[in-house]
Amino acid sequence: MENSKVKVVLGVIGADCHAVGNKILNYALTSAGFEVVNLGVLVPQKEFINAAIETGAKAILVASLYGHGEIDCRGLKDSCREAGIGDIKLYVGGNLVVGKTDFTEVRNKFLAMGYDRVYEPGILPDQVIVDLKNDLGMQG
Amino acid sequence: MSNVLLIDFGSTYTKITAVDVESGVVLGTAHGITTVETDIMDGLNQALGELFAVTGKLEFSKVLGCSSAAGGLKMVAIGLVLELTVEAAKRAALGAGAKIMGVYGNELSEYEIEEIAALNPEIILLAGGTDGGNKEVIIHNAKMLTTLGKDVPIIVAGNKSAAPQVVKILSEVMTEVVHTANVMPRLNELNIEPARETIRDVFLRRIVEAKGLNKANEFVDSMVMPTPAAVLKAAELLGKGTSYEAGLGDLMVIDIGGATTDVYSIAKGDPQRCNVALKGLPEPFAKRTVEGDLGMRYSATALYKAAGAKMIADFAGVTEADVEAYMHKVEENVEYLPENETESKVEIAMGRACTRLATERHVGQLETVFTLNGPAFVQNGKDLTAVKIVVGTGGVIVNHQQPAGILKGAAYDESTLQMLKPEKPEFWIDEKYIMASMGLLGMEYPELAIRMMKKYIVRR
Repeated sequence: MENSKVKVVLGVIGADCHAVGNKILNYALTSAGFEVVNLGVLVPQKEFINAAIETGAKAILVASLYGHGEIDCRGLKDSCREAGIGDIKLYVGGNLVVGKTDFTEVRNKFLAMGYDRVYEPGILPDQVIVDLKNDLGMQG
Repeated sequence: MSNVLLIDFGSTYTKITAVDVESGVVLGTAHGITTVETDIMDGLNQALGELFAVTGKLEFSKVLGCSSAAGGLKMVAIGLVLELTVEAAKRAALGAGAKIMGVYGNELSEYEIEEIAALNPEIILLAGGTDGGNKEVIIHNAKMLTTLGKDVPIIVAGNKSAAPQVVKILSEVMTEVVHTANVMPRLNELNIEPARETIRDVFLRRIVEAKGLNKANEFVDSMVMPTPAAVLKAAELLGKGTSYEAGLGDLMVIDIGGATTDVYSIAKGDPQRCNVALKGLPEPFAKRTVEGDLGMRYSATALYKAAGAKMIADFAGVTEADVEAYMHKVEENVEYLPENETESKVEIAMGRACTRLATERHVGQLETVFTLNGPAFVQNGKDLTAVKIVVGTGGVIVNHQQPAGILKGAAYDESTLQMLKPEKPEFWIDEKYIMASMGLLGMEYPELAIRMMKKYIVRR
């Protein structure tokens, strides 16, 4: 039954309207058995949190493709704690910063912001699905 | 015998409309004072006397009533997240014609339970969680409501997975607990129709009797719904039409009263220009909002605060001191009517300010977002720029010399570009004040109600 599926919130954060990767992830996650609450593009932080509370989602997957990710993603973890869902898993991926920065540096920066997983450009959805299942303690 | 009598037991007046359903003619209208404290039949008989004096004695094959007497249908709406299930629950209650006393989200506290008890709601709508989503909060809130110390009918319209437990918890204390479909089964998916129907049903079974409206039962065949629900029904019929009788298309209805201003819109409200992303909850096709701080008498002080003296003075072309002086007069004496030209101007300006602010709170807004690919637009709420018809109803507008001057406030305004108000509306007036009656009539004779509204609601 659909409602017993694990729910995850998906969206592209900030003033970013890159929609293609969002659709691919939505498709891949749904096929993998998740119920995807897809917020689409141009999503403010608050909308991610509201959606997660109301649906009882287990993870929030944030994408940012336009280089301003660092600004947009800052403070999401704190807001989750404030809203009473501090335990929720936070994943982030895309082109998180402008230019060619060493990705280890970027990853550390986002880990420090409270994200559980940080993905570099070019990662395949399969990896995200494996990580989700591990992190959420799901079978298979 | 083809006469039908339609009664609107209002907060102040009991208004009646006699209709010949064969010829589709209004035989007559009349009103009496609403006498719900003593015997509701007194005021009704007074109105009937007035009616028969004009029409002669009439027999009726059917008598239908709606009511906003004794404070209307007082409700409290409870959900989880303010912008999501709380808003959905609020819309369901408004659509059912309720007067919302308070809205609550998240886990209710003891203080809030005290507050709710003091608000004395007649029905509580309890939502929270999408289907299969959050269960803890609605279960917590059900437990808290058992400590209310009052037996209030509760309608449960939240997470379906938690519903049985919620109903069980509440049923131990409350006599009437009704379960219906979730107002938000999935995120951002609105499903308020079942909750609306359930509210109406509970209203019929419980509230009519509690308010002493049942004394009219010997005379009235059926007390169908709260008055605002009847107006919403009429507006929907007039806009949408049926397969046999065409409607007028997208429209809005404005009803200004002494205490509140109601706005109704019958339109999908999809974006009218390109490159617009829709955000927020989907909007009901037939939408009602009520503003408790915008009104001509009881809410005059609140209106003064909300609009500011300048807006009213500018509309009227008088000084701010004139506005203030007039506001004081109507506040002290709610029966006061304008006695000179300046006061008349202020009165119209007040109405226009009510219309403007209430419309701005009803319609959607367009926000410009600057992205790397240039500006993009985000729309929240309904785009009503293409709506062609704005109908004015309610005592204040219907009895006014210049109703179009009041309704002007509903039109698109270059000073507030982001508000998606009608760009070039025509103003129509419900001259005979029959919209609520037509909503009642429309329950059984929808085509006739549409034809009659087309005939009696006129363009100004």
